[in-house]
Amino acid sequence: MIHSAKIKALAIKETRQILRDPSVFMIAFLLPVILLFLFAYAVSLDLKKVPIGLILESQSAKAESLAGAFSGSISFVVHPARKPKDVVDELVAGHIRGYVVIPQDFDQRLSSREIQPAIQVITDGTQPNTASFVANYAQGVFASWAEELSHEPATGAQLIPRYRFNPEIESHRFLIPGAIAVVMTIIGTLLTALVIAREWERGTMEAIFSTPASVTDIIIGKLIPYFFLGLGATIVATLLAISVFDVPMRGSWSALLLTTSAFLFPALGQGLLISTASKNQFIASQVALFSGFLPAFLLSGFLYQISSMPLPLRALTHVIPARYFVDSLQTLFLAGDVWNVFLPNMGAMLLIGFVFFLLVHRKTRKSLDI
Amino acid sequence: MIQRLLSPRIRAQIIKELLSILRDPRSRVILIGPPLMQLLIFSFAATLEVKHIDIAVLNEDSGRWGYEVTQRLSHAYFVNSVTTAQNQPDIEDLVARGKVIAALHIPPDFSRRIGSHEAASVQTLLDGRKANAAQITFGYMQMVLAEINREMGFSQGLIPERVALRHWFNPNLTYQWFIVPSLGGTLVMFVTLMIAALSIARERELGTFDQLLVSPCTPSEIIFAKIVPAVLMGLLLGIMMLSAGIFLFGIPFHGSILVLLGCLLLFIVSIVGIGLMISSICSTQQQAILGTFTVGVPAVLLSGFATPVENMPEVLQWVAQAIPLKHYLIIVQGSFLKALPISDIFMNAWPLAIIATVTLSASTLFVRSRLQ
Repeated sequence: MIHSAKIKALAIKETRQILRDPSVFMIAFLLPVILLFLFAYAVSLDLKKVPIGLILESQSAKAESLAGAFSGSISFVVHPARKPKDVVDELVAGHIRGYVVIPQDFDQRLSSREIQPAIQVITDGTQPNTASFVANYAQGVFASWAEELSHEPATGAQLIPRYRFNPEIESHRFLIPGAIAVVMTIIGTLLTALVIAREWERGTMEAIFSTPASVTDIIIGKLIPYFFLGLGATIVATLLAISVFDVPMRGSWSALLLTTSAFLFPALGQGLLISTASKNQFIASQVALFSGFLPAFLLSGFLYQISSMPLPLRALTHVIPARYFVDSLQTLFLAGDVWNVFLPNMGAMLLIGFVFFLLVHRKTRKSLDI
Repeated sequence: MIQRLLSPRIRAQIIKELLSILRDPRSRVILIGPPLMQLLIFSFAATLEVKHIDIAVLNEDSGRWGYEVTQRLSHAYFVNSVTTAQNQPDIEDLVARGKVIAALHIPPDFSRRIGSHEAASVQTLLDGRKANAAQITFGYMQMVLAEINREMGFSQGLIPERVALRHWFNPNLTYQWFIVPSLGGTLVMFVTLMIAALSIARERELGTFDQLLVSPCTPSEIIFAKIVPAVLMGLLLGIMMLSAGIFLFGIPFHGSILVLLGCLLLFIVSIVGIGLMISSICSTQQQAILGTFTVGVPAVLLSGFATPVENMPEVLQWVAQAIPLKHYLIIVQGSFLKALPISDIFMNAWPLAIIATVTLSASTLFVRSRLQ
């Protein structure tokens, strides 16, 4: 069934086609550079300098010192105001993300025997993440200010955090490995879906079928160049991540290449399946967008925590290859070679890929019968 | 002008363009069905909240408080399971393998220290590979401990009572209220961009673009005929997304629906302009599709969909001004929850008009240059 000479000839033909079209290089090498750059500098989950309003109604020394604590915090950029009216318009316009009110009777409230609110924090709930950030950090600023004021040694239970693998808590260190997985999904799934759909659309697929090569030969010959393109793009992206974007690589290159190969198997299989089923570039691109890129972006766990999703979605993530790849890459870059993590992930990816190829094989045969 | 735009020649062009998109029954389905399905699926996925997590506890304390902390954590709303660890290497291993996102080490003298009103610290190991979720988890766990401190009368537990907190426009911080309008805009952008990007590239790949050039249509007529179908599809999809937000997800809508629809139209025209620009420099459909991704994916990242624009470096904030989605997100989020005043809407609508004018003129110029 498998003829290496025929596969080689097909692979050479496909490679020539890739080399002829600059758009393939754009997607394989330019897009990774742009995405890595954006994940390093633009998409940061560590919020800093969030603009907030501050209404200081009290003139007391304590109130002034608390206002100073807010102005001095690196989390906020404070816009002082006298009247609530001024900040409300700013809040609606989205120029500030919340505001803090230190009321006129701040001192009395602070020293009264019964516990009552001393300050008020209002956030802009239209962006829930930023709103939670403002709420938590405003409480944090108040807490450390109050602790300093009381001069009492801390009592009671407290948690001392230690972040393993990423002690500086830099979000780009775990976002960039995830971004590599997204790029590989675009290369593996979208690109394969397009090139094979194009052959169907132009009718050249039938021409290839009429050659003595078997269906398996054709599939393997077509995919080999894209497999190496994907590996090449991973190597370039990894080198960039390490040298330019300050991501440590604690695992080994062999583990990286093995994991990437295991991921490219289902990614290419999915692209092949999409193109075989759609036979049209526009439809293939839409299906690849919705079944490949968006799940890799939103359901793979690189930006949004999988455990927080509702049960049906959590179940769905298990059939998304990018989920296993993101998990492996984050471990590979930040923790090192943890084979307990890699091997089950590789197994899952290979299994999904196997199912895709099985479906492709059945579909391709059927369409030849017609 | 209006009469010219509705001349039979242009009508025929527009019908031809619509047919080229809608001729294939699968294309008709693929344009509307999947985006709506995606909205339903992904709006539940895209949350930075932390729920249903697994943690581990190594409790060396034989007293009451070590037990109490473990119990309260295992009943906390954000916890799925609490694994009992035997020793420190066990903890390290559970975190390294990704079995738990956080592990607490309660020391032997924990209860004694609490009893004698001293500081009793619990070492907490967190998974830095998921640093964001880990930080949120840490905050939640601190609240659980604060509750214990409060019951014991320690001052550390009193902060929540000292700060009166209110979230405006979205009091419970319901995540869907943010994500559904934003994701809807993102999906509309991708579909419209793709339709527009393919329009000229498809004709060039098939060789029919030259026929178009020898037809009596002027370059602006050709561009106009290409704009209309993409705009119609985008509008239809956009309206469906907005309706899904209002009727299916029950998100409060406080703004003016007419103003929002006007902005949606501007948004779509500016996207179509960008799509046509991509299309005019591509000679095959594959190039157009890959070009759409090369432009579309960074545009989504810079639009403020995932993280706020004001948190980005200044240079990138300037780049974001050229991204229609950035302006549309402000308008659509503001229209749903805030009843954004018309002056603020205008501030975000005029950049859309400029982007549309620039990109559409550039595409017309391109078609004209081909004619000569």
